[in-house]
Amino acid sequence: MRKTVSRLEIRGSPGVGMRWSNFQRRYAPYIFISPFFILFLVFGLYPSLFSLYMSFQAWTPSDGWGRWKFVGLENYTFTFTDPMFWRSLWNTVWLGVFSGVPQHLIAIPLAFVIHMVLSRFKTFVTAVYFLPYITSSVAIALIFNTLFATHNGVINLVIAHLNTWPLLGALLPDQNINWFTSANIKYALALVVVWQFTGWNTLLYLSAIQAIPKDLYEAAAVDGASRWQQFRYITLPLLRPMMFFAVSLTIIGNMQLFEQPFVLLNGGASTATPGGQTVTMYMYRTAFEWLEMGTAASIAWILFILIGVLTYLNNLIFGRGARGVD
Amino acid sequence: MKRTLILLALLVVAGLSLAQKTTLTVAVFPNLDDSLKSQIPLFNKKYPNVEVKLVIQQYADHHNALTTALATGQGLPDVAAIEIGFVGRFAEGQGFEDLNKAPYNAGQFKRLFTPYTIAQATAADGRFIGMPVDIGPGTFFYRNDVLQKAGVDPKNMMTWPGYIAAGRKIKSTTGAFLIADAADVAWINIFATTPANTSPYFDEQGKVIVDSPRFVRAFELAKNIRAAGLDARIGAWTNEWYDAFKKGTVATQFSGAWLQGHLQNWMAPETKGLWRVQQLPEGMYASWGGSFYGIPTASKNKALAWEFIKFVTTSEEAQIAGFKAIGAFPALLSAQNDASFNQPVEFLGGQQARLLWRDAARRVKPLRANKYDRVAYEILGTALSQVLDEGKDIPAALAEAKRLIERRMR
Repeated sequence: MRKTVSRLEIRGSPGVGMRWSNFQRRYAPYIFISPFFILFLVFGLYPSLFSLYMSFQAWTPSDGWGRWKFVGLENYTFTFTDPMFWRSLWNTVWLGVFSGVPQHLIAIPLAFVIHMVLSRFKTFVTAVYFLPYITSSVAIALIFNTLFATHNGVINLVIAHLNTWPLLGALLPDQNINWFTSANIKYALALVVVWQFTGWNTLLYLSAIQAIPKDLYEAAAVDGASRWQQFRYITLPLLRPMMFFAVSLTIIGNMQLFEQPFVLLNGGASTATPGGQTVTMYMYRTAFEWLEMGTAASIAWILFILIGVLTYLNNLIFGRGARGVD
Repeated sequence: MKRTLILLALLVVAGLSLAQKTTLTVAVFPNLDDSLKSQIPLFNKKYPNVEVKLVIQQYADHHNALTTALATGQGLPDVAAIEIGFVGRFAEGQGFEDLNKAPYNAGQFKRLFTPYTIAQATAADGRFIGMPVDIGPGTFFYRNDVLQKAGVDPKNMMTWPGYIAAGRKIKSTTGAFLIADAADVAWINIFATTPANTSPYFDEQGKVIVDSPRFVRAFELAKNIRAAGLDARIGAWTNEWYDAFKKGTVATQFSGAWLQGHLQNWMAPETKGLWRVQQLPEGMYASWGGSFYGIPTASKNKALAWEFIKFVTTSEEAQIAGFKAIGAFPALLSAQNDASFNQPVEFLGGQQARLLWRDAARRVKPLRANKYDRVAYEILGTALSQVLDEGKDIPAALAEAKRLIERRMR
């Protein structure tokens, strides 16, 4: 580095060369990384802080910019005492658990099996499982909308067919299930979310499993450990950091579930299915249907804090804190 | 030489100024854009130097974009189409020009329109923010072939008990459902029984009245239909909904007159001739949809925007063009006297349905917009689904809805 600088000094007039190289050394890096910070400031930090400001105001956007009124904590107290907020939060948590837990329960063994048994077709199998993750949520929801249709949806047709089987039939409902009622929509949504994100988690776990040294398994095999014992005593404990990461992502994603229920419930028609309304959908409704921007901002911040708390709890279970206990 | 040059230069300048076009941006949603596309050439005959630029977005996106643009005052079109679902909320905001005031003086045009549309676009404080374009007089669509097969006379369906009784007969003889969603019956009852010049959900003092007998009866009718297994439980605007219309697995549908255009153009064109319409049961009249054009306060071309809106909404020629393009029922009274209204509608088996719709449109009572109409509508929708899907008690559901609406009126 120093050499280059001295060469430049010799070539040009010493003063200019000095200044230019100083400038390069001191400021050029900042210029090169500035696009990120500019974008972050404009599209990340500013809107966040603005929404925090907004959460203390009453504002109807159709009134125009600047016509807001300070209301203090009123938006927060309103949201906390709103039965609709609690119902949507309950839906979100229910969906978070019932669509989050199965993802991992399927993904971890699946990754292990792919790694151990299907190692020759690993790339292909992973790609297949990963496909739902990169497919547009809107397209997925539209397709599932057709599959779940009450009268001629494939899922109901399959159930109707299974009904004709001797033993199984007794266990299944003999009428077409309407998946779009409050009681049923949750199961449909959970299924869609599990289907969409299991592949992503499988990929995460697979990459973590691949990082586990082979000698551990070899040594265990020599000691006579079965496949199950290898999985239980080697793979699972060493997967813990990845579990922390993957579960954190699931928590963040599931608490913000929006596109799948929104499209599956046909946007506007969603209001008629309170059982499928998540917190983000409720927030959208408050902001864009009822034009209560302040209240919507307060919902966003409550959700943010909630996600923070859940991630912290997750850290206690899977993260560094837990490792100390080990 | 010099003179020639000057002359040439003048000619060039004159030519340029002649060729210079003013651009007017009009934001609109489908398929109102098809109606506009048929009207723009007519407008350009009168204003050749105006280039109308359409900004077309899907229904929800269009109104979201409009809301955002109003919030920031940036990126607003010169003319904005507003659907009935949003006109009340935009009327209560300050983002649109009050057309009552000069230079618009829209008061002089109000008598030209179907009366109830004026009330829809008028805010509580009297500001008038949108000129009505099309309206949706509510009607009773039915599949003639299904009713004949079931041996049901549509005239017997003109009372609600008769409607339900006919539904049982249709279900038992043909297997077809009476209606796609029982909730529709509740809604049409709620809208059609609203006293003139009030909101469906609020009385004259602005008090919430969703627990009154009107609502109880509406909910009960829907619940009876659901309990009898007569509705297919199909949500509107889904593939299954279109499919039911195609296959005739649903025998009736309450809707605005515009449903005929949708059925004919894309939903179920192959059912041509199988449908008929009649008035709603029990002498009810209700409006189902409708669109307006307003001028955002931040528009830079207000004078021209007003000329455009005046042309599209008050010119008979433009209204008829839109009517022919998409079946958008004109809000302009004089356009409703056009000879095309007497023509039979082939899709409805040659019925003179437009006369029927015109009659309905003239009998619909004017409703007043309330700032919280949308809130009430959605909360009531949730209550209705709790009654129908979750078996909640009607008085309890309505009392809960009332409480939820009241606490939102801050």
